[in-house]
Formats: sequence, C-alpha cells, structure tokens
Amino acid sequence: MNTDITNLDAAKARELEHAHHLEMKTFGFWIYLMSDLVIFSVLFATFAVHGKNYAGGPTPQQLYDIPYLFVETMFLLVSSVTYGLSMVAMQHNNKKMVLVGLVITFLLGLGFVSMEIHEFYGMIMSNAGPDRSGYLSSFFTLVGTHGTHVSFGLLWMGIMMYQVVKRGFTAEVRSRLMRLSLFWHFLDIVWVGVFTVVYLLGWMGVS
Amino acid sequence: MSQEAHNENMGAGHISTKHYIVGFVLAVLLTVVSFGFVMTDVVSKQVAVIGLFVAAVLQMLVHLHYFLHLDRSSEQRWNVIALAFTALLLFIFVAGTMWVMYTLNSRMM
Repeated sequence: MNTDITNLDAAKARELEHAHHLEMKTFGFWIYLMSDLVIFSVLFATFAVHGKNYAGGPTPQQLYDIPYLFVETMFLLVSSVTYGLSMVAMQHNNKKMVLVGLVITFLLGLGFVSMEIHEFYGMIMSNAGPDRSGYLSSFFTLVGTHGTHVSFGLLWMGIMMYQVVKRGFTAEVRSRLMRLSLFWHFLDIVWVGVFTVVYLLGWMGVS
Repeated sequence: MSQEAHNENMGAGHISTKHYIVGFVLAVLLTVVSFGFVMTDVVSKQVAVIGLFVAAVLQMLVHLHYFLHLDRSSEQRWNVIALAFTALLLFIFVAGTMWVMYTLNSRMM
C-alpha cells in the first residue's frame, strides 16, 4: 500500500516535471524571439539612418506599389489568424481541422513570400538592387531578413504538417506547434513595423 | 492538471476562436487606417505621420494580446518582463542610433 502511494507520487512528480520542462522550452523559445527582436531593432535603426540616402537613385515613391503591399500585408495577417484557429482545433484534438488550418496558413505564407520575391526581382531588374544606394542596402537587409524568417517558418510548418500526419498529437508535436505559433505571430508583429516604417513612412518621405 | 491540458495552455493562456476573430477585425481596421493615411489626402502629412505611429503601436498591442495571448496573469509574467526589457533595448538602439547619426550629420554640414 505504502509503495503504491510512493509510486503514484513519483509518477505525478514525473508528469509535473515533464510539463515544467515543456514550459521552460516555451519560455526559452520566447527568449530566442526576443533576441531576434534585437536583430530586427538594429536593422530598423540602420534603415532609420540610411532610409533617405538615395545616392541619386530611385526613391520609395518610384519603387513601392502600395495596393500590392496591402495585399501582401493581408496575406500575412490572415495567415496569423488561420494558424491561431488551427491551434484552437488542436485544443479539441481535431486533427483534420488542424491540418486544414496549417495548409491554408502555409499557402498564405507562401503567397506572401512569392509576392516579396516578385517585388525584389522587379526592383533588382530595374537597377534598384541592394548595391544601388544606402537606402536600398538597408531596405533589402531589413525586408529580406524578415522574408527569410517567414521562409524558414514555412519550412518548419511543412515539417510540422508531416509530423501531425505521421505521429499525431504527441506532447512533443503539440509543444512544437505552440512554438511555431509564437514564431509565426511574432513575424506578423515585425511586419507591422516593416510596412509602417519602411513602406508607408518611406513613401511619405519621412524615414 | 493532466499533461495534455498543461501543454495546450503552455505559454498561450486560454485560446478561443472568438479571441482570434476580435483580434483579426481590430488588426484589419488598424491596417486599413494606416494605408488610408498614405493613399488618401484626408489629413495633413504631419497628422498622418503621427497617426501611422499610433496605428502601428496599437496594432502591435492587438497582436500581442489577441494572437500571442500576453496578459497580466502570473503564467505570462516572465514573458512580459522579457518583452519589456527587449522593448527598452529596442528603444535605446533605434533612438540612440538616430540621435547620434543626426547630430553627427548636422555637425558635418
């Protein structure tokens, strides 16, 4: 009887320890995101300094397509919501809805990255590449770093869809999906800074 | 608390569909306002610039609250503290850099 209780306590302690471990992982990932934010803040600072150094080259008004940017922004915003809804479905252990949500999120994210690559390609082809001016160097570095993050998010999302299908909602898969959720929402927040400071204020000739 | 229930709440607080929809509507409104400042001439440039900053900060707060579920609960405390500290660093980097570089620029003129 006594040993039973001890075993039960030990099992409970292990379970709590495991949960605690996963919580620490999430917090550790949050700290990584904060360090990522530091990287972005330096790139924002660089853009704030170089944003007007056109070197006789093209200006934001000549380069940006604001309605195009609006569509791009909506792709990322809607993808943030669909990922969130996918996490709601995970709470209800609804595997099918989780996968539907992840696929839609993935496609929207892919749409965002494709639009960005198309924009970069057009700029580089019209002699407005990162080597043209200080403004364009800082533009490509900041926007490109964000786009690279989104691309890695897509890669991670692809892996997670595979794991959900293959392994189902194990504790590990759940915790990875939660961390990807943090990553994905975080990138949308950074994008709010990018479209405001780089594009809209740049278009107005402020930054 | 079972392991599963714990995982679901891990770093995310309580999740509901309504939460995301409210956040989405607010974010869309703020985005439309931001783009409206640039695409229309309803307000003066000065007002538009201030409006853009306000809309961006509000939208970031909407994302943090409705999508990342940050709040004042004890489970979120360390996340919020880490974020607040990073925000301080961000301010020092951006404002400090701009201050130094603009001063330098004006002295060189």
